[in-house]
Amino acid sequence: MLRKIRTTLGLLFFVGITWLFLDFTGLAHTYLGWMAKIQFLPAVLALNVGMIVLLLALTLLFGRIYCSVICPLGVFQDIIAWFGKRTGDKKHRKMPYSYSPAKQTLRYSILAIFVVALVAGFSSIALLLAPYSAYGRIASTLLQPIYRWGNNLLALWAAHIESYAFYETEVWFRSLPTLLVAVVTLLVIGYLAMRHGRTYCNTICPVGSVLGFVARFSLFKIQLDTERCKQCDLCARNCKAACIDTRQGSVDYSRCVTCGDCLEQCKHDAIHYIYVKPGSSAPATQTKTDHSLRSFLTLLGVGATAALRGQTIPKATDVKMDGGLAPLVPKEKPHRATPVTPPGALSARNLTQHCTGCQLCISACPNQVLRPSSDLSTFMQPEVSYEKGYCRPECVKCSEACPTGAIRPITVADKSAVHVGHAVWIKENCLPIRDNQPCGNCARHCPVNAIEMVPLDANDPKSHLIPVVNDEACIGCGACEHLCPSNPLSAIYVEGYQVQRVQ
Amino acid sequence: MNSDKQQGLSRRRFLGVMGTGAAAMGASLMGCRPKTALEYDPAGHHTSEVPIGQMTYRQFEGLNDSVSILGYGCMRWPTVPDANGKDIIDQEAVNELVDYAIEHGVNYFDTSPVYVQGQSEAATGIALSRHPRESYYVATKLSNFSPSTQTFENSIGMYHESMKRLRVEYLDYYLLHMIGPGGVGGFNQRFVDNGVLPYLEKEREAGRIRHLGFSFHGEPEAYDWALQEHDKGNFHWDFVQIQMNYLDWRFGGEGATVDAHYLYEELEKRQIPVVVMEPLLGGRLSNLPNHIVARLKQQRPEDSVASWAFRFAASHKQVLTCLSGMTYLEHLQDNIRTYAPLVELKEEEKQFLYETADLIHEYPTIPCNQCNYCMPCPYGLDIPAILTHYNKCVNQGNVPESKLDPNYAEARRAFLIGYDRSVPKLRQASHCSHCNQCSPHCPQRINIPKELDRIDHFVEALKQGTLGDQA
Repeated sequence: MLRKIRTTLGLLFFVGITWLFLDFTGLAHTYLGWMAKIQFLPAVLALNVGMIVLLLALTLLFGRIYCSVICPLGVFQDIIAWFGKRTGDKKHRKMPYSYSPAKQTLRYSILAIFVVALVAGFSSIALLLAPYSAYGRIASTLLQPIYRWGNNLLALWAAHIESYAFYETEVWFRSLPTLLVAVVTLLVIGYLAMRHGRTYCNTICPVGSVLGFVARFSLFKIQLDTERCKQCDLCARNCKAACIDTRQGSVDYSRCVTCGDCLEQCKHDAIHYIYVKPGSSAPATQTKTDHSLRSFLTLLGVGATAALRGQTIPKATDVKMDGGLAPLVPKEKPHRATPVTPPGALSARNLTQHCTGCQLCISACPNQVLRPSSDLSTFMQPEVSYEKGYCRPECVKCSEACPTGAIRPITVADKSAVHVGHAVWIKENCLPIRDNQPCGNCARHCPVNAIEMVPLDANDPKSHLIPVVNDEACIGCGACEHLCPSNPLSAIYVEGYQVQRVQ
Repeated sequence: MNSDKQQGLSRRRFLGVMGTGAAAMGASLMGCRPKTALEYDPAGHHTSEVPIGQMTYRQFEGLNDSVSILGYGCMRWPTVPDANGKDIIDQEAVNELVDYAIEHGVNYFDTSPVYVQGQSEAATGIALSRHPRESYYVATKLSNFSPSTQTFENSIGMYHESMKRLRVEYLDYYLLHMIGPGGVGGFNQRFVDNGVLPYLEKEREAGRIRHLGFSFHGEPEAYDWALQEHDKGNFHWDFVQIQMNYLDWRFGGEGATVDAHYLYEELEKRQIPVVVMEPLLGGRLSNLPNHIVARLKQQRPEDSVASWAFRFAASHKQVLTCLSGMTYLEHLQDNIRTYAPLVELKEEEKQFLYETADLIHEYPTIPCNQCNYCMPCPYGLDIPAILTHYNKCVNQGNVPESKLDPNYAEARRAFLIGYDRSVPKLRQASHCSHCNQCSPHCPQRINIPKELDRIDHFVEALKQGTLGDQA
């Protein structure tokens, strides 16, 4: 019964959170946004004391059910393990796991590295280890494209029958390094889960280590009745956490995730999930080196793709033919001395310190503005750029999605008051100068009217108009940069602010 | 003077009374069932026959031609993308269409050096050269639009190139393409001062141009002047091509459209044969709001919406032929049904169409006929696609005025999703730089940047949820 409740709840949470990462309509966040906010690490980074206390209390009461219900990576591993159990020979199917002593030194060393990395600001290392971030990058870089392609097929069909039920959405690979990290994460965790159950949770996962420490003192526990136990080992051989030692008659509560798989195995009614008076024993510790993290870290230096260069806008040809489309030259990312942060992030420092790199904001961005950074110091954290769209005035999706306070919630009304950078003009790319054509598209689309068009020659009011930017009024949304007809580099681009200004 | 030439005149009268819907029955009743081809109508309404040998032809004194009332406009040939993604003409499809058209009595083909990105003449030439030269009339144009190509050498080069591409020794109909923009001064600069028109008149004397005329768009200044010169004997126009349909007839001269009524009467007065272009306004007169479609269908349930527009144009006696840019076989079949034979509009039917025009006029569509003269936009926009999407939404009632409108949510969704479907994001109105290189080429005189700006503001208001706030 306990197991059924756990599986049902776990699946509900898992599907909900996965949908959060896949959804591009904003619907999921309206109803399920809280599911990301109750994740442990996001709550810690958001300094959400209430939530931390609640999660700790939950663990103190029931053990690590957080790990088998709320944590999406936990449930994800259970799903993989479920398939894993159905492969291999008959013996393996029946008894896939076995008890192993805890690897306490490795476990707490990793936790220590994690905490130090987080506090010292090397967040990219911390993000590689964190469970919620790991699942986020798998879901948003690997699952979301599949989900969107599926949607696009439906959209194609909908377009065919003139229905507006589905609309096409752009699938683009935002960052190669992040994609590779996601693939390696999936392979490593997938392999561990397939063969060894919850090894990741009990040796690597920093959240698992913290909750495991608390779970030792939980009030409800799995309890082995040594009187009845015949040491048949059925429970231990079916324990994904490898935490039941039938020889000693003990359970390692720091590793038990309260999944309840063992309860249904016992033929002698010797194992129960019951209230245990505080003061029970914790088993001994032993260390043996296990799967290393080095494979994760080696990926950090992967290079970026090269972009196409050297094309210019075709001019109207002399023999005027009718029809046809001018080729589109894709925009290139300009070099920004200071990166732009998403509105609500407060500052580059706040973003780096609080972001878990879970990719939720990036999945939620409907304007193709956010993508994971490939920079080592901000690796996998959101980065703003305007080649594929701009930060639209009515959208605050990322600030609503962020569970950690790296991007604080802002309202649509706030949005035009949050200055994330300002536009800078590049004379030689500007149409009036480069092509001798009138333009002004930047000024026409500035949502805060920060761009004024003035004659190029101050003494000749009839000369072409060029844009001048009121830096104080500019909010750095990138409408001008994105809509500038100059390609591949715009004639106006946004320089970021270290600290966002609200005025 | 003109007369309708028809094989079996008595039958034509009979059918005129019975209506085209009863054509097959009528023919079989008379026991002389004409040669027909049984065709599948993909619209699914009915399987009707496409008559062979019943096309209506027009003859005019001085032309020595018998021209089918349906003329093939070669501006909208079907295209397929090549290996580089560039649209190229589907020659096989063109051959099939031309064969079908000729088999069913169409004998007038109208092209230009600039149509379909300059590919039309060659493709038309290939298809037509497979038929005896005397079985068709071919029309093409001097389309020297850019000032840099308006020298004598360039213009004459264009003329000779046309004959080469069309694979003919002589042209049946040759037009000065789109007089109007630039007024009288523009006309003289383009055709007279450089000696081009005198040269073409000599070519006519030599028989390499059988008939010389012009096509007209825009302010009527150049039109009036060209006809006055005709009266004085300075030029002689064998025919003139004008935009004519029941909407421009009814609302001519208002805003961007031409006054078709005026243009036609000026030609009728002078007994100059009229070639009609845009009888269907690039499909705008068949793509109508539901209730207007219903109104037309109610009158003649078995006839297409388009047939009304074609019958209107052809019911004027001075009309030589009505051009239709038929991309698909189904369009061709439908038009053949309408014109084989033509059932002229009765006076009350004309009145009915004027009332229909009033209803159409209430819809604030942009008069874009997708001729593509504005394209390619140097900044990559797809202007006709943007305007067409807007018009479609206007006709479907998906252009709300305020977010308080009862159907706002659905209309917004339909407009925005449909917009992204019809036009890639980077080719949408928001990218217009207002360089205005497009507008001078627009035969409908649409202020393109202004309209794109208006659509862009509308899209922004929909996206930001501020529609109707400023008002």
